[in-house]
Amino acid sequence: MSFLVDLVIMCISQVIFFGGGWLFFLKHLFRDYEVHHSVVLLVFSVTFALSCTMFELIIFEILGFLDASSRLFHWKVGLFSILFTLIAVLPFYIAYYILGNIKIVPQKPHVRTLCTFGAWLAFLYLFWKLGDPFPILSPKHGIFSIEQCIGRVGVVGVTIMALLSGFGAVNCPYTYMHYFVRHVTDADIQSIEKRLLQSLDMIIMKKKRIAIAKRENLRKASMSTGSGGLWGMLKNVTSGSGQENIGPLQQDANALEELSRQLFLETVDLNDAVERINYSKTFKGRYFNFLGYFFSIYCVWKIFMATINIIFDRVGKVDPVTRGIEIAVNYFSIQFDVKFWSQQISFLLVGIIIITSIRGLLITLTKFFYAIASSKSSNVIVLCLAQVMGMYFVSMILLMRMNMPLEYRSIITQVLGDLQFNFYHRWFDVIFLVSALSSICFLYIAHKQSPEKNLY
Amino acid sequence: MAAIDKVKVLVVGDSGVGKTSLVHLVCHSEPCPVPGATIGCSVEVKLHEYKAGLPGEKEYFVELWDIGGSSSHKNSRSIFYNMVNGIILVHDLTNRKSHQNLLKWLGEVLDKGVEKPTNGYDYDPEQFAGSQIPMLVIGTKADQAQSLNENVLCKRSSVAEECGADEFNIDSTQVKYIAPGSTNAVKLARFFDKVIERRYSGSQISKSKGYFQSRI
Repeated sequence: MSFLVDLVIMCISQVIFFGGGWLFFLKHLFRDYEVHHSVVLLVFSVTFALSCTMFELIIFEILGFLDASSRLFHWKVGLFSILFTLIAVLPFYIAYYILGNIKIVPQKPHVRTLCTFGAWLAFLYLFWKLGDPFPILSPKHGIFSIEQCIGRVGVVGVTIMALLSGFGAVNCPYTYMHYFVRHVTDADIQSIEKRLLQSLDMIIMKKKRIAIAKRENLRKASMSTGSGGLWGMLKNVTSGSGQENIGPLQQDANALEELSRQLFLETVDLNDAVERINYSKTFKGRYFNFLGYFFSIYCVWKIFMATINIIFDRVGKVDPVTRGIEIAVNYFSIQFDVKFWSQQISFLLVGIIIITSIRGLLITLTKFFYAIASSKSSNVIVLCLAQVMGMYFVSMILLMRMNMPLEYRSIITQVLGDLQFNFYHRWFDVIFLVSALSSICFLYIAHKQSPEKNLY
Repeated sequence: MAAIDKVKVLVVGDSGVGKTSLVHLVCHSEPCPVPGATIGCSVEVKLHEYKAGLPGEKEYFVELWDIGGSSSHKNSRSIFYNMVNGIILVHDLTNRKSHQNLLKWLGEVLDKGVEKPTNGYDYDPEQFAGSQIPMLVIGTKADQAQSLNENVLCKRSSVAEECGADEFNIDSTQVKYIAPGSTNAVKLARFFDKVIERRYSGSQISKSKGYFQSRI
């Protein structure tokens, strides 16, 4: 009986998450595009709903909500569904839409489906090969088990997580803090805008001369055809001056157009800098500036910890909650009911991590989509983003084990099988370090280059 | 060459609707080979015969300013919006949202890029009553739209009706759509004539009341 009740509760929550994914897709992601293939919308919402269901199950685990056996059942079902979506459904549709855009492939439905199936098999082979260099499996697993699939999905997802984390940790203080804001005056902007308009005027002048020269050529060609053979040829040779001018004029115009593009991009940069300056004077700007200092300390600490973990090859055994409680009890002698507070604090910590990660990932995906999508590629890109989202969330579950006290870890260990969890944490540290250090280099170079532009 | 007068016409619309292809087709009478995303503004000129075939025929330069539609460049586009004599609004027939965004574009151009705190770039019909800039609405990718949805080409554009603008649909890869003598070419020529007459009215053009007052 309770199983049925739990089933109903889970179904309702899944419908809510599905609706949330649907709305997000229509209102934010596909803001400027029309949905021609509703399959894309469906698959995206399903992936989002399945990921959120798994997070929900973790929360229920901590709170002790629902029956333990039904929780296990839903875990298994959810995990199987999301793996099926990530390995079978999404790659198939991505291949289908990519092949739809390539002109070489004939567009008849059966041929396209066959080619897609072939591409999917190739993807499966690559996916399998992905797991070979990594020590992710103990020998007791079979060939076609869930652990094999999760292991590989986990590697890709953890890499993406670490890359985004590393870049985010460095970029966050950089964007928040005023120390890095470039000083741009209105006079700078006006001088660049003047130069831009001047170059456009010159382009217009050249194009007018080209247009007039072309029209003269047309007139001469129509006149000279009337005067017949030899005389016409002589006339063309003597009045060929109009023809020659077009070539160099066109080259000049092309060079000026390139210049105008560069000037426009500089104008955009300067306007962005002015917007940042104006924003930094508002309350929100000052608040974020303050936060920026905390984040920079946190970022430095994380880089330091990642380096220590790699050098000394240690993996933390105790999660932050238990460690915090230990410190509170031993050093500060605060007496409280450990079991109760451990539950509450884990719930809070895990809940905050989940919500901020979901929000952060969705915002990043949206920005990425706006930057690179066009009307032709929108379907493919949104499906790729759904794939990234699914893998990210699955890996988050894997890594979240570390943040929960022992009694709650068991369900994850039980469901995901006996993976080498330590490997994933080590891999996360390595990629995080690489990503953070290269972001620092990249931002340093980008920051250094910009003041030189203002030397004009 | 210095004696030929000019008018400035803006070509605006969302990113990827086909403004560059359209402008290339209009000015060079041939399809554009491979247009890349326009950064900033790309200008083409066309020699246009005002009142072709009638007494008082004169030639003018029509400058078509093709504005890049990328949303990240919004803050720098306003310098292109000065002294505008005509506006061509371009939308993609395969994407309804690009048609809905035309009102935002119109608001952005008419405000010269100054964002109102209340409603952003939302178009305000009362504003249009004061401005006298002639407008034209063009729908692109007509062939692709036809294969998706048969009757999308028959629908009139709501934006065009609201602004009293003329409209037509084309496929920028085929010259036949604006071949001389076709309906679309006539509409385009009448639009350019309207722009020229609005700009230079009263001073140099000979008056011919019947022509001026014909509503498009």
